[in-house]
Amino acid sequence: MSRNDLDARARAELLRIAEAWYDQMHGGEVPSIALPTRTKQNIEYDDESEVWKYGEKESLRSAHTAKSALHLLKMAWVIGFLKQQLAENRSSTLRELYYISEGWKRAKFGAQEESNLLIEDLEILTALQREAFHLRPEEDGATIFGPLRIREATRRGPREIHCRDDVGEAGYAIPNTVEGLEFLEHDASMVVAVETGGMYARLQENGFDEEHRAILVHLKGQPARSTRRVLHMLSDRFDLPVTVFTDGDPWSYRIFASVAYGSIKAAHMSELLATPRAQFIGVQPTDIADYQLPSDKLTDRDVQALKAELTDPRFDTDYWRLQIRRQLELGLKTEQQAFAARGLDFVTREYLPARLTEMGVL
Amino acid sequence: MITTVKEAVDNALDACEEAEVLPDIEIAVRRTGPETVRIAVEDNGPGIMPEHVPFVFGKLLYGSRFHQIRQSRGQQGIGISAAVLYAQLTTGLPTVVTTRTGAREPAHRFELRIRVETNEPEVLSHEEVEWDRIHGTRVEIEFRASLAAKKRLVEYLRSTGVVNPHARLRAEIDGEEFVSERVVDEVLVPPKAIKPHPLGIELGQLARLVEGAKGPLAPFLVDRFVRVGAKTADEICAAAGLASTARVESLSGDDLSRLLGALQSVRVPPPPTTQCLSPIGQDLLVRGLSAEYRMDFVVARTRPSAVYGGHPFMVEAAIGYGGNLPVEGSAHLMRFANRVPLVYQQGACAVTRCVAEVNWKAYGLSQAGLPQGPLLILVHVASTNVPFTSESKDAIAAIPEIEREITLALRDLGRDLKTFISRRDRTRQAEERARAVCAILPELAAKVAEVTERPVPDISPIEGQIMRKVVAKKWTLGGRVGIEVQNHTGRELALQVYEQSGDPAGDAEPVPDFATELDGVVTRVWQVSLPPGGAWRAEYTGSGSGTIDLRGVDEHRKVVVDLDV
Repeated sequence: MSRNDLDARARAELLRIAEAWYDQMHGGEVPSIALPTRTKQNIEYDDESEVWKYGEKESLRSAHTAKSALHLLKMAWVIGFLKQQLAENRSSTLRELYYISEGWKRAKFGAQEESNLLIEDLEILTALQREAFHLRPEEDGATIFGPLRIREATRRGPREIHCRDDVGEAGYAIPNTVEGLEFLEHDASMVVAVETGGMYARLQENGFDEEHRAILVHLKGQPARSTRRVLHMLSDRFDLPVTVFTDGDPWSYRIFASVAYGSIKAAHMSELLATPRAQFIGVQPTDIADYQLPSDKLTDRDVQALKAELTDPRFDTDYWRLQIRRQLELGLKTEQQAFAARGLDFVTREYLPARLTEMGVL
Repeated sequence: MITTVKEAVDNALDACEEAEVLPDIEIAVRRTGPETVRIAVEDNGPGIMPEHVPFVFGKLLYGSRFHQIRQSRGQQGIGISAAVLYAQLTTGLPTVVTTRTGAREPAHRFELRIRVETNEPEVLSHEEVEWDRIHGTRVEIEFRASLAAKKRLVEYLRSTGVVNPHARLRAEIDGEEFVSERVVDEVLVPPKAIKPHPLGIELGQLARLVEGAKGPLAPFLVDRFVRVGAKTADEICAAAGLASTARVESLSGDDLSRLLGALQSVRVPPPPTTQCLSPIGQDLLVRGLSAEYRMDFVVARTRPSAVYGGHPFMVEAAIGYGGNLPVEGSAHLMRFANRVPLVYQQGACAVTRCVAEVNWKAYGLSQAGLPQGPLLILVHVASTNVPFTSESKDAIAAIPEIEREITLALRDLGRDLKTFISRRDRTRQAEERARAVCAILPELAAKVAEVTERPVPDISPIEGQIMRKVVAKKWTLGGRVGIEVQNHTGRELALQVYEQSGDPAGDAEPVPDFATELDGVVTRVWQVSLPPGGAWRAEYTGSGSGTIDLRGVDEHRKVVVDLDV
């Protein structure tokens, strides 16, 4: 679809929401919208795409209550703003949108989280991505390092970049929209996505990428959409195995889940964002005992998070039930960098080769 | 000062009640010198026979009703003659009494003093005078006092008005006027006296009963005591070690004290309570309170009569909430004994303790000793013998039977109050929700119209659906102020649209039914009659700086929205 066509479609889809409200009000009906319920109770596994998507449950937001009326009002203001932005061919970041709402009186957003959620609502209602509305997220600083050549459409024209030879040690920074990104060629046997910067640097320093022909992706915590898109595209385009290496706590398992299965918040885009074939390396709760890793006690919040994961359909597999139960029994958690207790080379010499072999990647 | 006014007003009320007339009492308090005050209390009672006047006012502790067993105000206080004495000791001036007993009698004017050495009245002058009252009494006393207790005096009069809804009180205190209107036109039936109950009698009383009596003991007991039959009388005699046939006139002092012991040890059924007590009644308490205070909620309870130590008593209580009552601080506590306000010694009173010991938090109030908030608590203890902590008769003594009744009444009222508060909170929440929606919808309509490039849709049907109420809206657009009232209820309504604004609004259409200006603020009123589903609209040129309100509609049935805010 050409850029102009996409703009026209975005405009039409957005206006359709406002027109529906107009017709409701004109006919003496209280305006409302129906949206899928965005909770873990309402995500379902889609066999065809192998990702988790929203189910049938819908919640109706009707202006009968002040809270919902205000939500509709804010959405109307956002639609008005996006319509203008599309007309003027401008773009803005999610954060800018939040600040722009300062002048919207009652419709002003209380926090950026609120405006982000509302944009996701619009994505669901229009079946378009926010990029179609000329909205982009902040750069989040996630990076790639390894034997991969890409072409990026920058404002100063296309640039071809090798993600190891043409970049510094920090790696190639993933742009906030990956629409203009092309993967040209690679000399890799696998992709390793790493949660923390410390481990990302350790693997580089120990030459893990060269020795095992690995493309390293630094997730920087819970990965941004663009980072998940890159993993999805690497898996899709080059058919490379994608592995995820995180800390050994409940929050890190959620990082893996959002990479592999799709997140609950953006389940409407799981097909684009999730990498169903991604595999979890660790740190696994069983590793804590097997490698006698230094560990911390689980906090009450950790325990709650683990228990919540036991009722999360995405973790409803034998593997995860076993790991989560084991962790609750142990009452311990650990970090990826805890391997340093066994020496700086231990993770690249012993743990990863053993674990990747076990997983069938090596 | 309060004590003196109190004595005079209590006497006036009692006199009117006895004569079964609706009390009309006028009180004047006037400063006559830097340290002297002259009070005058005038009633429309039966008047006093001229030959009794010197004794009523000029002899301490003179009282015709002193020994009757029934609820009366006269039990309280020091007696009017003490006020006469105080006046002559501080200013040297005599008390002036004017009284008239009927249309065919002349009025008599007395100037009185008390001979301190002999406790006998001294009449300085006595003359027949013209008086425009057909019957009644007027007392004028001048004594040394300041007007510092003025606020308390007003509070006392107001309290008196609450528990005497059949009375009209008019007072002029140092140039300030106070009126407590009559709420009910029924004459109070004075409580009837009953014979003493064996349990409630004292030695002196017994001695007086025996004095001059003749005949055998048992029939004497049956005749002079309530609830004593032949069988009980025999039991009492046996317990006292006296023969049933013993002659009353020949009982020795020793016999008497044994008889007293026997009277109080033998089980006798409790005395009858209904005729000798005069409760105010739940309905009149509510009406009396509502006449004196503006409250959102008021409820009263009259407990069944009960008995302590042979004395019948009855507890009444009432609770008022919200309205103009002060939001900050402790509840306003009003204590009464036999329809007389208790002004002093609140802390020492059993009523105060009972109020503090109820767990008001259970009824949705905050509490720091006394409950806190816009709250008024009234407790009335009526009895043939109200037990006081001391002779000053300002605080009710801690009698378990009475405390129990007070507590039960308060808890009962607390439950009613809780129901009211939670219902009010729910209504308020619903209203707030509706109000919020009502304020957002027009903006949503305007924005949606702008985005879709269509005319702004009329959303009044939607508002009606949400509100089911009367909706008043005010808005300003292009220098024009609009006011709209829509009746979404199912009833025909007659109401007033009330607006205060800095705009003169000479071109208001329709023309207000009433408009007045004060300090540049114009108050406008439109009389509006609306059928169910009807709407009314007014418009004028102005800045829209004002506020609107609706009168004549229940608070919970109306929503007023200012779209300019």
